[in-house]
Amino acid sequence: MLEIRHVSKTFHPGTVNEKVALDDVNLVLEDGDFATIVGSNGAGKSTLFNAIAGSFYPDAGNILLNGKEITFVREHQRSVSIGRLFQDPLMGTAPHMTIEENLAIAYLRASQKHTTIFSRISKKEKKLFREQLALLDMGLEDRMNNPVGLLSGGQRQALTLLMATMVTPEILLLDEHTAALDPATADKVLNLTKQIVDERKITCLMVTHNMNQALELGNRTLMMNAGHIVYDVKGEERSKLSVEDLLQRFAEGAGEALNNDRVLLSAGQK
Amino acid sequence: MGKILTVGIAQTALVLGLIYALVALSLFISFSILNICDLSTDGCYTLGCAVGAMVTISGHPILAIPAAMFAGVCSGFITAILQTHFGVQSILAGIIVNTGLYTVNLGVMGFSSNVSLFGSDTIFDMFKRLFPTKEAKSWSTVILLLLILLIVCLLIHWFMSTRLGLSIRATGDSPAMVRASSINPAFTIIVGLCVSNSLTGLAGCLVGQYNGNCDINLGTGMVTVALASLIIGEMFFKGKGILLRTFGVVLGSCLYRFIMSLALRLNVPTEAFKLVSALIVAIAIAAPAAKNMILLHFQKKKQLEKHRDLTAAKQGGDR
Repeated sequence: MLEIRHVSKTFHPGTVNEKVALDDVNLVLEDGDFATIVGSNGAGKSTLFNAIAGSFYPDAGNILLNGKEITFVREHQRSVSIGRLFQDPLMGTAPHMTIEENLAIAYLRASQKHTTIFSRISKKEKKLFREQLALLDMGLEDRMNNPVGLLSGGQRQALTLLMATMVTPEILLLDEHTAALDPATADKVLNLTKQIVDERKITCLMVTHNMNQALELGNRTLMMNAGHIVYDVKGEERSKLSVEDLLQRFAEGAGEALNNDRVLLSAGQK
Repeated sequence: MGKILTVGIAQTALVLGLIYALVALSLFISFSILNICDLSTDGCYTLGCAVGAMVTISGHPILAIPAAMFAGVCSGFITAILQTHFGVQSILAGIIVNTGLYTVNLGVMGFSSNVSLFGSDTIFDMFKRLFPTKEAKSWSTVILLLLILLIVCLLIHWFMSTRLGLSIRATGDSPAMVRASSINPAFTIIVGLCVSNSLTGLAGCLVGQYNGNCDINLGTGMVTVALASLIIGEMFFKGKGILLRTFGVVLGSCLYRFIMSLALRLNVPTEAFKLVSALIVAIAIAAPAAKNMILLHFQKKKQLEKHRDLTAAKQGGDR
């Protein structure tokens, strides 16, 4: 369970560039919740993710993960229990290292306590990596010793997904992780995401600019604007919601006409 | 011109190439693997030499090696902590440490700018005694250095495949991924720079014992030379495993020394040496781009000719 209590963050305070990115945000995510987040650029979606992941510390408020206070836990420490995917497929993997080595680094999250830092990748681990890669159904299990830089963007994003979830995280943060992929690959990665999240009942937050995705995926939809969560819908109300309703809400919440091309364009897509 | 390379000159070039290879390997870790430009190399190299020389003079040539390496570790630790914990840019951190080390080095050498090891036993003397014949003795230095480098290369290879080593490599390759994988990049950078600078210290110690003296300006320009060796060396085994790449770096360093001694034999005046060395570095770095330019030129020419032939044939057909 993720609890965000009265979290605020202002960038460059006291300068002309002052920007209130998060303004008294409150959010409770139950175990197994899969929430999608929509909102125009600059609404604070990525800032919220960064606050949860620990890229910076909030100015005010608390963040609790499964009852543990993590507001000021350092980024690399909390990443033991937080999985994260970025929009840029190149960010989540090390291009000059092999698939196996990348997986070994992701697997450090599981083996931190009981193995020494001077141990090497064991046969057992290699077998485990192979099995996990086979689940992606991309033929990567036969290319374990290839540098990741040789893979396509979609393959790299699928690999990143595997790395983020290999050790089941307490929360998974997906920041538009299919936005940079071609439609067919994006579908594949999205299906993999659904499959993994469903199977292991991972609590998950996902930013998207695609209104269809926002309503179809998961069990809850959040809308952000100017550092606030302006709309939070789930259950029956959500299932009755159409893309048009959501766009309407979007305009109401923003208090102005929608001016985000990506949202408008994606609303037309199926 | 018949004898451009005598055995003696080749030997000297080989010895220097092998010693400098350690500095190049140090940059291999900091520059190639960690992606950090560590400019404290010059000072750290002299530090290794100074510490090694003082311990050798006091009669412990073997102890001088770990002492010099430890001095290197300390220097690397300070360079690293300045950038990881105090937000100093990596290049600046190197320059600051390098400047400070000048005074430290003078201090180590008892505030004299030159220390002679004359009369002190060195590891090279000790190793030489193990060989019976004069012929074998003359190669003992090369053999000892080859052994040391083999051990260092194997250790780097082993270290880089451990969990810690993998984390260090990932830190240089994809910082975002490292932070998302529960690795503390500050820790890996500190370990990486400590290991890297210990090799620089080792090189300084060996060169001091080999030359039989230590000079405060010994390290000047070292980083350029090592970078040149590294870049030449990295051309041999591009995209291969760590072990082969370290061998490539050693090869590159020796090659660089051979080019320099050739320049010397071709009566290039000593004053022009820095220019020659800068030229070698520039050529080594520019070579791949120049090669691509030439290839592109030929490809263009070929394609244009093809196009011309085609249009000519078409016009001929139209008529």
